[in-house]
Amino acid sequence: MMEEIIIAGFGGQGVMSMGQLLAYAGMAEGKFVSWLPSYGPEQRGGTANCTVVLSKEPIGSPLVSNPATAIVMNAPSFDKFEPKVKPGGLLIVNTSMADRKSMRTDIHTIYIKATDMAGRLGSPKSANMVLLGALLAYLPIVSEEAIIQSLEKVLSPGKQHLLKLNEEALKLGKSHLISSETARS
Amino acid sequence: MGKLLMKGNEVIAEAAVHAGCKYFFGYPITPQSELVAYMARRLPEAGGLFLQAESEIAAINMVYGAAGTGVRVMTSSSSPGFSLKQEGISYLAGAELPALIVNIARGGPGLGNIQPAQSDYFQVTKGGGHGDYNIPVLAPATLQEIIDLIREAFEIADRYRTPVILLGDGMLGQMMEAVEFPEKPAVKETHKEWTTTGTRGDGAPRVITSLDLNAESLEQRNEHLQRKFASIRQNEARFETLYCEDADYFVVAYGTVARIAVNAVKKARKDGVKAGLIRPITLWPFPLQPFIDTRDRAKGYLAVEMSAGQMVDDVRLSVNGRAAVSFFGRTGGVVPTQEEIYEQLIITAGGGDVNENGI
Repeated sequence: MMEEIIIAGFGGQGVMSMGQLLAYAGMAEGKFVSWLPSYGPEQRGGTANCTVVLSKEPIGSPLVSNPATAIVMNAPSFDKFEPKVKPGGLLIVNTSMADRKSMRTDIHTIYIKATDMAGRLGSPKSANMVLLGALLAYLPIVSEEAIIQSLEKVLSPGKQHLLKLNEEALKLGKSHLISSETARS
Repeated sequence: MGKLLMKGNEVIAEAAVHAGCKYFFGYPITPQSELVAYMARRLPEAGGLFLQAESEIAAINMVYGAAGTGVRVMTSSSSPGFSLKQEGISYLAGAELPALIVNIARGGPGLGNIQPAQSDYFQVTKGGGHGDYNIPVLAPATLQEIIDLIREAFEIADRYRTPVILLGDGMLGQMMEAVEFPEKPAVKETHKEWTTTGTRGDGAPRVITSLDLNAESLEQRNEHLQRKFASIRQNEARFETLYCEDADYFVVAYGTVARIAVNAVKKARKDGVKAGLIRPITLWPFPLQPFIDTRDRAKGYLAVEMSAGQMVDDVRLSVNGRAAVSFFGRTGGVVPTQEEIYEQLIITAGGGDVNENGI
């Protein structure tokens, strides 16, 4: 088993922390994990991305040019990573910030108004968790329990009060995905 | 202690603390600043001293001063900052002072950029500063390996009275992986009868210097250094091989590029090409053994680097004309992909027209 995921968006959308959360959860489940950030000047005001690899075996390359899965949180990231997803792969789009349809017919695309949905929970910033919930509902690469346990570790002591909100956002993304995929099939 | 998810830069710092490093003098520069920041918090807590110097030049000379008292000391930087330290590194080599110097390399030449690169290979393995000297250079490929190699770096430094370099790239410094710190005591303090900590009137005064105005005497000092370097060459070369037993074609790569190459080698194997990987762990001394073991039956070697071709020279010297050596590299902070390496490997195996410059 080897999962390669790229998460991309504006700096500040929680792209890096979402990737770290996946890596933590994978580690908690005994998998080999790697997390590689884009750390160039593009982070300042432009797009940022990170690559997460989860594997049952030691990880070779932490750098992935064609991921099986991409989560894009804004329009520039959509444009950049849509062509890079492997055929048969998965693209998850935050349509609150990137409102167009994918031109690809050889991948599965999930559209979700994550920022709007997170806003209704009271925190647009937890859009990343809504998207993560959707990812895990479609592709259970790590368990929800592992994510929630890892959240406690990732959130600094001063932000532990956000635990509940993040958990709600995760569940919201998950239930939204399940209902929309049921409608689609 | 259990598994921790940490950044490469932080792993270097924590591993050094575990190995008993008590003194850090440095100056921040991307992509290794997390190392400096981590030490600023961690060393005082561990009973050590962290000092942010006014420049890289000041920092390396503080390392010289501290090493002269026999304490375990280190500094770290990235390419342009590392260049600034070169004068001090030559002095450390000349005065035979043990210390650890980390270079988390970035794209050059000049100010370049902050992306990963391996274009400081010549600088770290061929001397770099003035005078006849070499410094052991360790190049980890994973964050777990960093922990082992930092420990070995301090041991080698003490054993041979030499500065040691740990060379990584921006990707290694910035990425996160799960690591586990073994419950080992700090590297054993060796008896250092040469330290300048004051004789208190007992015995002859001790002097630590690289200055020697008498030519014959300086030549003797050089001969002593060369004997020491020969001994390091003899005893400290380290490497790892993968699928080399039955391989026809050998990818040679170090550090993070070796990891990317693993994927390419595995794919080539699936496609019926008998490929193997030689990963030098020490860049100086460059490991000769895996080439002696394979060069008489090898159909070809492919050196892959994030440079315009530097380690490939050592590969050619080690193969010594007994097989073809080709090269593929990306420069300026561009990281070669596994697909590119695979493609080059197939060209090498097909005996096709390999782009000698690779760019």
